[in-house]
Amino acid sequence: MHHFLLTLFCVFTVGCAAGVVVCRNTVNAALCLLLSLVGVAALFLRLEAYLLAFLLLLVYAGAVVALFLFIIMLLDERGKQSSGPPRGLALGSRALAVLLVGAGVVSFAVKGRLAAPSAAAVPALGASLKLYAYELFTTYLLPVQLIGFLLLIAMLGVIALSRRPGAPHSGYGT
Amino acid sequence: MPDTLNTYLGVAVLLFALGLLGVVVRRNTLVIFMCLELMLVAATLALVAFSRFNGTMDGNVFVFFILTVAAAEVAVGLAIIVALFRQRLTVRVDQLDSLKN
Repeated sequence: MHHFLLTLFCVFTVGCAAGVVVCRNTVNAALCLLLSLVGVAALFLRLEAYLLAFLLLLVYAGAVVALFLFIIMLLDERGKQSSGPPRGLALGSRALAVLLVGAGVVSFAVKGRLAAPSAAAVPALGASLKLYAYELFTTYLLPVQLIGFLLLIAMLGVIALSRRPGAPHSGYGT
Repeated sequence: MPDTLNTYLGVAVLLFALGLLGVVVRRNTLVIFMCLELMLVAATLALVAFSRFNGTMDGNVFVFFILTVAAAEVAVGLAIIVALFRQRLTVRVDQLDSLKN
């Protein structure tokens, strides 16, 4: 039963990720991304990283994919199909991409057998919330501060980017 | 599939490869951006799997930071895409070729 569930999650995740690449419609691609992220969250649950699975769903599925969908609706690219790149360039890039994927799969099949103990032999440290808090507030205190600063910078950057060029500086509410 | 490190790493490799394929093949900036997110999630999955099978916390904590950086990246990237759309009225990379020639 456990092996069946793991296989199901793996196939689901990879299949939906393939959907992101294959789907012509941008909205369908975004929804495939959402399903793929749900599959990854399920794999996190199998790895007993419960908090991270919840955070992945919250941040990615809740915020990031919703933002993507908003932007897709906002831009409304429907009916603007381009003529496409030159035939040789498109074929070349596809062949290169397939070669890259094939090289990854082959290298994994040849050299990918890592010797690791079974999951039952190792304590699942990621399952305890206390350890996250301990690590974040002792060893990783400086990165936490830096990440907070990064989020502030990103917010300011988005505000600066989204202002219309040529608009007055304090044009709101006038 | 057995519940071993190799299984999870295989899924991570496949996700990363699919993301890379999407970045190379697709022409829509939004879809390229989604495929970038897919690659980030693949790295995240590998980190969590290594952390679980080595019995350490460091990989799990790093996933925190990756999630935060990804959120900031998406916000700034989508703002850039919207600004680009306002300027050029397209988000397709084959029409954004002003540096060509």
